[in-house]
Amino acid sequence: MESLKLALRNALRHRLRTALTVLGLVIAIVAFGLLQTVVDAWYAGAEGASSTRLITRNSISLVFPLPITYRDKIRRVPGVTGVSMANWFGGVYITEKNFFPQFAVDPKTYFELYPEYIVPPDQMKEFLRDRKGAIVGRKLAQEYGFKVGDVVPLRGTIYPGTWSFVVRGIYDGAEKSTDASQFFFHWDYLNETIKRLSPKRADSTGVYVVRIGSPDLAAEVAQTIDREFKNSLAETLTETEKAFQLGFVAMTEAIVVAIRIVSFLVIFIILAVMANTMAMTARERTSEYATLKALGFGPGFLSSLIFCESLAIAVVGGAAGVALTFPVANAFAAKMGTLFPIFYVSRDTVYMQVIAAVVVGCAAAIVPAVRASRVRIAEGLRAIG
Amino acid sequence: MSTAAEARPVVEIRNLAKAYRRGDQIVPVLRDINLDIPAGDFVALMGPSGSGKSTLLNMIAGIDTPDSGELRVDGTDIGSLGEADLAAWRASHVGFIFQFYNLMPVLTALENVELPLLLTGLSRGERREHAEAALGMVGLADRLEHYPSELSGGQQQRVAIARAIITDPTLLVADEPTGDLDRNSAEEVLNLMDRLNDELGKTIIMVTHDPHAAERAHHLKHLEKGVLAD
Repeated sequence: MESLKLALRNALRHRLRTALTVLGLVIAIVAFGLLQTVVDAWYAGAEGASSTRLITRNSISLVFPLPITYRDKIRRVPGVTGVSMANWFGGVYITEKNFFPQFAVDPKTYFELYPEYIVPPDQMKEFLRDRKGAIVGRKLAQEYGFKVGDVVPLRGTIYPGTWSFVVRGIYDGAEKSTDASQFFFHWDYLNETIKRLSPKRADSTGVYVVRIGSPDLAAEVAQTIDREFKNSLAETLTETEKAFQLGFVAMTEAIVVAIRIVSFLVIFIILAVMANTMAMTARERTSEYATLKALGFGPGFLSSLIFCESLAIAVVGGAAGVALTFPVANAFAAKMGTLFPIFYVSRDTVYMQVIAAVVVGCAAAIVPAVRASRVRIAEGLRAIG
Repeated sequence: MSTAAEARPVVEIRNLAKAYRRGDQIVPVLRDINLDIPAGDFVALMGPSGSGKSTLLNMIAGIDTPDSGELRVDGTDIGSLGEADLAAWRASHVGFIFQFYNLMPVLTALENVELPLLLTGLSRGERREHAEAALGMVGLADRLEHYPSELSGGQQQRVAIARAIITDPTLLVADEPTGDLDRNSAEEVLNLMDRLNDELGKTIIMVTHDPHAAERAHHLKHLEKGVLAD
């Protein structure tokens, strides 16, 4: 207790130095938390995936569609309790920088398979009634100011022409990890238009979403579906929704790895800065440590003084850093718009920040503590602080 | 202090030698030192710079160890103790008075004096009581909550003396206790050391360059080039 009191008072001896060290630590912890949250956001789609949903796509590439006739065959596979479909639209809203995902879906079945997209019943009714209707996520609506009844024009890139949709509903995510930045509209509307403009591309979809009775059935059902379409013109690849999402993440794995490395480098840099501060501090107090030793205090007491001081600085900096991460992450998410559909500071990130702060506090104290504990009294007493 | 000479030696030194290594050279600092200091004595160690007086004091105080010879303080063979045992021995047997006081700047006068008692089993209240009494004895009862930076040099040295006597040690060692003080403050500190010796019977060994300070001691020991002159 007394050593803690002495350590805390020591920490406040050079207020400016301590304040700057704490500030550095706060910035490092915030940066670490923010970068970890960016990594989490990268994996958010996979993390939010359901274990009872499978995705069936063309085995050659996602670019190639699957015939609409597959839907009934998939539905008949034992273990399948529901089938829907989704087709990437890839339209541009006003300019290319306004990116958000748009899917043509089977309106009746899609939202049954995705109960985490919560749509008010009256809005859903209006959506089902209007073939040009669209349902947008709450985050997307907030980003672009979409309201129910608004007409949203999209310039097609995969499907040429200007397409107009009427916002009939706004969905909320059931969980914090639910993506609320998507735009859904009727597959029928897309298909009917394509039939007129490019008949060969009609009656197809990008992927089938398959609901199964139990996660245990995933492998068996996936194999059965893919066997069903073996040797056909469009062979399928069926995988869990999580595996499907991770496939996208894998394409950008190098970026994620780079972000992770940078986040740990930030911690390493502040560790070096703090270790230097603690070493400088301990060197200045050599004669005090020698005095304490002369009075009979052992190396353990001296080490505990330095560890307590270092940890006190780390805890203050870490706590302030963790607290600041939330508003900074919110501001960052707002600035990024729908680029990161799911962006929130997870509990794991907070744990990692706390661990990082404690590790920095402990590691920074190791060398000065060892040196202080080894100080030779007679020489230390001659040292000038 | 006629009785001091008759008492058994609290410090017994036989054939003590110490050398330091400087690069490839071995520099002898103390050679064949033989010395007895009786309990209750007040001894001044004098000599020119580099004569080895501080080294001898450090060894008597248990913060340095001899290369050869025998050094017993209050019956304990200092050279045979390990680091931890030596630390515990210092805590209970030696009170230190340094030239530059060596107080902890972040602790008040009371907390500085209380510091050595953290190594005892005394309760917080008991520690405080003892520290207040020690500060009262050195005339600083009204400066308990002052930090060292708020005290004069003489007052700081008196706090250091209170810290030195708080554990009721066998021996007080003082290395140039008046070296950083003006004449008046030095006089106060020397008077205080006199009192500790006379009234409490504390054995004091003081290293000093100051002949005026040395006059207060009962015995003078001169060191010349590592050898005890008389």
